[in-house]
Amino acid sequence: MKKRIGVYICHCGGNISDYVDVKKVMHSVENEEGVVLAKTTVFACSDSSQKEMVQDILENKLDGMVVASCSPKLHLHTFRSVAERAGINPYEYIQVNIREQDSWAHSDKPEEATEKAIRLVRSGIRRAAQAKPLTPNEISVTNGVAVIGGGAAGMRAAIELADTGLNVYLIEKEHFLGGRISQWGALFESGERGEELVERLYKEIIKRNNIKIWTGAEVESFSGCVGNFDLGIKIHPRFIKTDKGCEKFEEIIKQCPVEVPDEFNFGLTKRKAIYKNYKKAFPEQPAIDIDNCTKCGICEQTCPEVFDFNQKVEKLNLKIGAVILTTGFSPYEPKEGEYGYKNSDTVLSLQQFRRLMELSNGKLVFNNKEIKNIGFIYCVGSRQKGGDNKYCSRFCCTAAIHTSLLLKEKYKDIKTYHLFRDIRTYGKQELLYRDSCKNGDIYLKFDENQPPEVITEGENTIVRIKDLLTEGEEIEINPDLIVLVTGMVPRNNERLEKIFKVPIGRDRFFNEIHPKLRPVETVIDGVFIAGTSQGPKNLTESILSSLSSSAKTYSLLSGGTLQLEPIVAIVNKNACEWCGKCDEVCIYDAIEKKEAEGKTIAYVNEALCKGCGSCIPVCEQRAIELKGYTNKEIMGMIDGIMEEVNG
Amino acid sequence: MTEKREGEFSPKILVFSTNSISDPGIDLAGLLKMHYPPSAYTVSLPCSSGINPDWIIYAFKKGFDGVFIAADGTDCPYRDDCSELTAKIVQEAQTKAQDIGINPARIKMAAICSVCAEPFVNHMKKFSEALIKMGSIKNESGGKDVSS
Repeated sequence: MKKRIGVYICHCGGNISDYVDVKKVMHSVENEEGVVLAKTTVFACSDSSQKEMVQDILENKLDGMVVASCSPKLHLHTFRSVAERAGINPYEYIQVNIREQDSWAHSDKPEEATEKAIRLVRSGIRRAAQAKPLTPNEISVTNGVAVIGGGAAGMRAAIELADTGLNVYLIEKEHFLGGRISQWGALFESGERGEELVERLYKEIIKRNNIKIWTGAEVESFSGCVGNFDLGIKIHPRFIKTDKGCEKFEEIIKQCPVEVPDEFNFGLTKRKAIYKNYKKAFPEQPAIDIDNCTKCGICEQTCPEVFDFNQKVEKLNLKIGAVILTTGFSPYEPKEGEYGYKNSDTVLSLQQFRRLMELSNGKLVFNNKEIKNIGFIYCVGSRQKGGDNKYCSRFCCTAAIHTSLLLKEKYKDIKTYHLFRDIRTYGKQELLYRDSCKNGDIYLKFDENQPPEVITEGENTIVRIKDLLTEGEEIEINPDLIVLVTGMVPRNNERLEKIFKVPIGRDRFFNEIHPKLRPVETVIDGVFIAGTSQGPKNLTESILSSLSSSAKTYSLLSGGTLQLEPIVAIVNKNACEWCGKCDEVCIYDAIEKKEAEGKTIAYVNEALCKGCGSCIPVCEQRAIELKGYTNKEIMGMIDGIMEEVNG
Repeated sequence: MTEKREGEFSPKILVFSTNSISDPGIDLAGLLKMHYPPSAYTVSLPCSSGINPDWIIYAFKKGFDGVFIAADGTDCPYRDDCSELTAKIVQEAQTKAQDIGINPARIKMAAICSVCAEPFVNHMKKFSEALIKMGSIKNESGGKDVSS
């Protein structure tokens, strides 16, 4: 019996219809064999449109459906559910990608994009005409999840995941947990300090037996499939036993004769070869920076039992069902000379300044000079016209204004000047801006084409700005310190990108499948992203995405089984002559030799078949096919593409 | 973008991609608004090691000027030897093509990973240029079967 097919061509707002003539596509395919109805729709994925599809299917007794819209990565399951709700087997639904692989890729050639859409939709119709109903396969999954990155987002995700009963592996590259937030000091709006938050999270983590922490650990390899991955990690030694304590660590650290710039304080201070990022960093034991250690042995003299210089790099293979990447961000480092950065003793980045505040007691002093006037220059490294960072880093306006309020609380006489392009203190963060204005902080607005000029004359630094709030008046300020309000850039994740193969967006952060509909999932099933690894976020937003990815991971693994595509090999008994080649090529032992109807043939064990199709080309009799990708379907698709397009 | 020069045709390319690796890579090219010849059409499969060489020959018979296999390379979620198996398929198809008078260079394979948007676009441009030089499949004895 011939299929009765419904075809829907989506405008996707204008994402498709701005470049592809969707009406023309509809008219070109409405008379194709099997097509009972063809429609265009503004948003195929909208609730109303889905309801209309269900109604159409029932009213017209459809048993096949094609939606030409975005990538199947985004909405295949949405429309499979629509089909299912209307009583069609989900595998008789075909999605045609005319957005990522057509309207967007060929936005420069609308006519050709329209022709391509017609051919692609026709190809989808031919496939739908041949599609057979299928039932999904179930596989069991590993009850384990790795969280890569032990900052606030990663730590919070670990706790949430552990509470669902999953085994959690928290993997941190540094020897201490906490990430960027531990560098920050007081946070808006609770006033709690980053260190305190890290301590709270850490104490929750160690209460849970099903969280295993590895610090100083790097990911080396990643393989397998959703539900059952292998993750190879390499753990660098700390050279201090983590199961032993010593009350004299502080003293030992003081005794170490080696001094190197302290990265945790952005080079503002020095640290020893045996070090902690800060006094209460976790895990509690310090670590030894072996590259800078002179092995003088002084540290070993006190508490010798906690030192172990024989510790070696350890390699482990973890079995996990899913992974969450919470690798965080790096602060934008201004170029040398950018607003006097590195050329002047009076210029710091916001992140450096926050460390300076943390390290200051009583007076705010930098380079032996007491700081009484501070000029904040906003949007440094964000919203760049010519540079790579076109995006707004979203947290920095609030961070700078919050910093200014904290300064006023701590140092009564301090004056702050805010040289901004636009103030983006969205939501309740706006209250900070109000308080800052009430405090008498001075705001001066500059045009992006006329940024402020920083002029250094000896120890004196002058900032010149054409202030748009006073109709372009030239104003000079003479601050003791200039703070560049620097935004977020992606971490240098090149190695991880290669290992996990997670797409990178135009902003160079990890890219989710869809910013609104699937905001923490990636195109790699079972690999989730959260926190600032996917773009600038404030802490609240980071934690939101971290919890969201935890929930997605839980829903993926909680059932103990996963429904996998029922794409398995199928043998044509009449054509099979048992040569054994399919058995030889199959690495999953899914092919068995069987006697049936008086002859020896190949039999596919569907529980073992992974549906790769490697057995297809090796069969000289062409007696083996893949369900969902049969000769009829593939050749039908080729026919659909190649037939002439009229008009 | 490969500009079509006067008198030149736009070679039709059939791209076999893979659902979890190379197809997302091709999607990413679109997402990043990178342009490549619109006469490239993708058919996505679970794994490139499952391509039937007969499909490649069938595509030529139907008028495709070139077939490009966007293989998973070392990223294949199914098997380590995916590249070798896919290369064998390409070889078999090339032999079959040559036997019926089709230039085997019309079949090309490259590893395209899930973030390989730019390599894919470059492959499409270069392959399209190469196919323009080879001319239409209709001019080859074993090419498009007009009677069918």
